[in-house]
Amino acid sequence: MTGNAILDSALVLGGVGLFFGFLIALANKKLQVWEDPRIDDVEELLPGTNCGACGSPGCRAFAEAVVSGSNKPSDCTVMGQEDVDDVANYLGVDAGEATKRVARLLCAGGKAEAARNSDYAGFDTCKAAAAVAGGPKACAWGCLGLADCEDACLLDAIYMNNNALPVVIPELCTACNDCVVTCPKDIFVLMPISQKLIVQCKNLLNGDAAEDLCSVACNTCTKCVADAEPGVIEIIDELAVINYEKNSLTDPKAISRCPTGAIVWVEGQQFEESKFELEKKVV
Amino acid sequence: MKGLLSFKNGVHPPENKDITAGIASRRLPFPDEVVLPLSQHIGTPAKSLVQAGDHVERGDVIAEASGFISSAVHATASGTITSIELWPHPGGTMVPSIRIAVDPYSTQLQRPRIVPRWEDVPEEDLSKEIARAGIVGLGGAAFPSHVKLNPPKDQPVELLLLNGCECEPYLTSDHRTMLEQPEKVYLGIRIALKALGISQAVIGIEANKPDAIAMMRNTAPEDLDVTIQPLQVKYPQGAEKMLIKAVTGREVPPGALPAKVGTLVQNVATAANVATVFETGQPLIERIITVTGRGIRQPGNWVIPFGTRLRDVIRHCGGLNEDAAEIVFGGPMMGLGQANLDVPILKATGGILVLSRDECKQQEIMPCIRCGKCLDACPIFLNPQLMGALAKAGRYEEMVTDAHLNDCMLCGCCSYVCPSNIPLSQLFTMSRTQLKKLAAS
Repeated sequence: MTGNAILDSALVLGGVGLFFGFLIALANKKLQVWEDPRIDDVEELLPGTNCGACGSPGCRAFAEAVVSGSNKPSDCTVMGQEDVDDVANYLGVDAGEATKRVARLLCAGGKAEAARNSDYAGFDTCKAAAAVAGGPKACAWGCLGLADCEDACLLDAIYMNNNALPVVIPELCTACNDCVVTCPKDIFVLMPISQKLIVQCKNLLNGDAAEDLCSVACNTCTKCVADAEPGVIEIIDELAVINYEKNSLTDPKAISRCPTGAIVWVEGQQFEESKFELEKKVV
Repeated sequence: MKGLLSFKNGVHPPENKDITAGIASRRLPFPDEVVLPLSQHIGTPAKSLVQAGDHVERGDVIAEASGFISSAVHATASGTITSIELWPHPGGTMVPSIRIAVDPYSTQLQRPRIVPRWEDVPEEDLSKEIARAGIVGLGGAAFPSHVKLNPPKDQPVELLLLNGCECEPYLTSDHRTMLEQPEKVYLGIRIALKALGISQAVIGIEANKPDAIAMMRNTAPEDLDVTIQPLQVKYPQGAEKMLIKAVTGREVPPGALPAKVGTLVQNVATAANVATVFETGQPLIERIITVTGRGIRQPGNWVIPFGTRLRDVIRHCGGLNEDAAEIVFGGPMMGLGQANLDVPILKATGGILVLSRDECKQQEIMPCIRCGKCLDACPIFLNPQLMGALAKAGRYEEMVTDAHLNDCMLCGCCSYVCPSNIPLSQLFTMSRTQLKKLAAS
């Protein structure tokens, strides 16, 4: 009897298994949705960071967009030129041309430069500090230096330097916009790396009122306006604003007479950093 | 305290009102300069009507309301306008403000005005007069009063509730208003009742102010249908929805106005200032402000013109004690921490609280242990613990959809009871700011 019971159950279970297996096989044939096999291959070639900088919700969606032709391979800002060419060669399409963009901080007032008028104790995130009287810095527009952007950056392209300012590493930054969204003071902007003349200040005060808050504030002296080619820099709301449509006319002489150092000529990385911190933080 | 009307949940922090409750209000000397921000109220900022160099008399209108939910700004001292520039605001931003260099040795008398008898003003014009005087709710939110007095047509108001709870610890300005100006409060009630076309009013006062309750009872006019209702001493008894719940037993639905349940809540100080408009023609340019806390040398209740800088107020109150640690505009539960001594006093500033180091012990923030104390404290039955976790994770949209962040009134009960010292209401303020930013982009 025992032998039979084993045999029976094996037969019944095996039969049920076979039946459903057959159903699954049938469903696989009948209900199959054809997908371009190239999507999988392109996804393999993509970096897989899912950063969203291309505008697609992840690398898979971007792979679909590239295969369908609605995006160019170069729209992925994470890949280097070689990887872009690989994807373009695989698909036999034009690689396209993308301008390298990076996140720039429009504030240079770190611990050493910007005045503080109170002490903040509580959650040490910028957003929480900004909820209490705008944060401990005297300048209402300035960087709070509590590293919300460093936390938000998926690619470790941002680290806080010893002056409590976020340093963006241009080679790692993909211009994915995460730091722009997370910053409670809205002082991050994405700009092409070819735009080298930058006003690192958003302070809308002028003269001594601005300089009292921060030693690198734009005090609206208008010297840069005079030194630059006509029309490149203009003063809007007590702040020097660069017209980047005339980026080709910019040159370093515009910064030569700036009394505070609010306007700078940036080649690559924005802020200086001691070696020690660099080695410790950059992975 | 048993048997008194109240609401469910809430907290009872140490009252600390004895510091200033017995001090009669006095006028603070006029400062050398007043700075009047164009946005002192909820709604669109006012539109400036003056230029640098203009001379203005105390009580002159210097900025007009720009839209329905907006409020006019008046010169709070006679002087010359030096500039209109960005100036620190108690909210932590820089806003366009009108700076007035106050005339030295001026008598600060106002221009003679023709004041209409309120009995003769048609009902629908009363709220226009109130708008012209720049009256906003003085309970703390600074909502323009003329908007309140024009409730939606489909939600008729049948009961006027006067808020004399002053449930925030330390503050005594409404207490002093009721003790010193009861006849003004009653005149304000009459005017508001006429504007609304109703006849019944209730004044809610917390039971820890027996002298105010007695004063209001003794001075109550016989021809006015007004009840003085003592309420249990509990925070936030003076929150609009809690007061309605305590007095009428009705619950205002989420997102709705008090008019939905047939009520309208007005602060006693607002009522007193409405009366002033029709008594002397003086617009809203000053109010009783409690300057208190153990960090200030000479606490008291002061009549302070708006726009006086915090620095000047502190100087006139004897300066700071050596252990002064934190300055808050408003009460300790909901007030705004200040980072700049140049910020001006606003219409909604009911108190200036200077806390000493002992009063605001800094405690380490520890992880949530899910004890549920915040749930028992929340007067509107939210789940602060869940909202706090979502806020920390940056999941702001879920806070609104799953945890009803928009119903939170930031009363701070949850932060007060949290044994892990988590500043929950700060997280909620932060989340709202962030949500506003996301909505704008």
